Amino acid sequence: MKKENTYWNTNLKYLVILLSIWFTASFGFGILFVDALNEIKMGGFKLGFWFAQQGSIYVFVILIFVYIYLMNRLDAKYKTKE
Amino acid sequence: MDLQYWIWIAVGISFSLYIGIAIWSRASSTKEFYVAGGGVHPIANGMATAADWMSAASFISMAGIISFNGYDGSVYLMGWTGGYVLLALLLAPYLRKFGKFTVPDFIGDRYYSNYARGVAVFCALIVSFTYIAGQMRGVGVVFSRYLEVDITTGVVIGMCIVLFYAVLGGMKGITYTQVAQYCVLIFAFMVPAVFISLIMTGNAIPQIGFGAAGSDGVYLLDKLDGLHRELGFHEYTTGSKSTLDVFLITLALMVGTAGLPHVIVRFFTVKKVSDARKSAGWALLFIAILYTTAPAIAVFSRTNLIETVSNKEHANLPGWFDKWQTTGLIKFEDKNQDGLIQYVADPEINELIVDADIMVLANPEIAKLPNWVIALMAAGALAAALSTAAGLLLVISASVSHDLIKKIINPAVSEKNELIAARLSAFGAVLLAGYFGVNPPGFVAATVALAFGLAAASFFPAIVMGIFSKRMNKEGAISGMVVGILLMLFYMTKFKFGWFGGGTNEDWWFGISPEGFGSFAMLVNFVVSIIVSKLTPPPGQEIQSLIENIRKPN
Repeated sequence: MKKENTYWNTNLKYLVILLSIWFTASFGFGILFVDALNEIKMGGFKLGFWFAQQGSIYVFVILIFVYIYLMNRLDAKYKTKE
Repeated sequence: MDLQYWIWIAVGISFSLYIGIAIWSRASSTKEFYVAGGGVHPIANGMATAADWMSAASFISMAGIISFNGYDGSVYLMGWTGGYVLLALLLAPYLRKFGKFTVPDFIGDRYYSNYARGVAVFCALIVSFTYIAGQMRGVGVVFSRYLEVDITTGVVIGMCIVLFYAVLGGMKGITYTQVAQYCVLIFAFMVPAVFISLIMTGNAIPQIGFGAAGSDGVYLLDKLDGLHRELGFHEYTTGSKSTLDVFLITLALMVGTAGLPHVIVRFFTVKKVSDARKSAGWALLFIAILYTTAPAIAVFSRTNLIETVSNKEHANLPGWFDKWQTTGLIKFEDKNQDGLIQYVADPEINELIVDADIMVLANPEIAKLPNWVIALMAAGALAAALSTAAGLLLVISASVSHDLIKKIINPAVSEKNELIAARLSAFGAVLLAGYFGVNPPGFVAATVALAFGLAAASFFPAIVMGIFSKRMNKEGAISGMVVGILLMLFYMTKFKFGWFGGGTNEDWWFGISPEGFGSFAMLVNFVVSIIVSKLTPPPGQEIQSLIENIRKPN
């Protein structure tokens, strides 16, 4: 029982961290702070605009693969056989 | 070779491929019909999910909508991709662990109630029909534009194809045709994008190209902002909608994505929990290829369009202008009779109206690409519409045959009869979808966008709380779903169809558009569920252990 609780709590910790990044990259950089970030230019892109139309999507893809990696590691640690 | 021949060849080859796959992968048991036997490889499932997910609206309309709205179009880009993070982290692995066939299955078992199951079936049917009507319409539109048949004939041809492989193959047939359809649609989308990026910026990667400089050394986006200012349009790279509305629309689309039954059910088809996570990752990667290219196409085609038509003599315009003018998608009226095209923001002076769908459909012609590329676009657009339609049909048929007949009306039904019922309900659903395709309720993108609001307002809270809260009970979940979906339906029909007295943008509650209202309705769903569950008894011991089991690493 205790072992399962640690597994679940670690999972919840990962969720909180990853979802904060998810929120920051899209709602933060792409929407709420878009005007401030647009002052910065990256090549031909205004940074806020780039986050809204490109960057956030790249971050999403990376987040899921990081989660896959973390959970596989966690599953291995708790020796799960599916 | 003549364009029409190319198109018939491209469409003919791709359709025979789908039919061939359907015959090869017929379903012989209910498990194969509902979840493809549960042994789909995560990468194949990722492709199938991507095709299932990317509809006619993604393929045909999205780049055009972004093209005309600039930054404001970002809501679709972030909204329709960000939902996969929620799916992968909050839903897919647990639902796979639960291991049944449908979303109402989960709701019905987790909330130990056939009322909850019934409400979930109702929500699944509403969401799926709202969505599928747009797809059949998309099929009809593509046929009519490229193959010069009328929309009704186009819808009927599309219906026959979907009917054939959805009824025969069930989820198994659909999955493998969707894999093929993904390949067709992504190839069709990328080829013109790469060509155009090369022509306009010298960079073969569109995602980088649209931030690069054109042949005159000016950054493309700066040039476009300049053109927009000159012609009185809103600057391309900044927004015109309120931050609140942009926020809420994005959220509604994300949460709606995670709550769409035809997307969720795809994660029941893989072998194990870790595969469910993996296929969500692959699905988003495959989707991101199209979604990061679309804004680049938007910028290229917008710049191209303005430079080709603005203040040019109508008589000297290239051939595509006339061709698309006859379809009514380009409208030109020489108000001041000077023979030039004034394309400006001011509606009094503006002489040109361009339909958003053209930006993708006519892009190869505008960029003077060869005929086979245009034919490829037709096949790609059809692949996008058909794959989504098939996925939705399966949800509808499973809702009727499995959730309604097997679980509620007659639990004693034999597997053979359930399979017959599943095929019959898929058949019925195709007919109904075809009817909506011929007599569409509003235009494609609008109805599709609203399906997300409905999914967000109904399923998402019930599923998430079903996994993450042991205290949530049937009373809470049912009342949340009922209030959520009714509120969303009310708002959507009031402001989109003029029911309940109708209303204009001025009357929106807190300035929230119907597209963004799903977020609000979802919040109401959460609040109602939590309050009601606090006032009623907690779920029993067997539900507690069901939840424990879903959370366990196995």
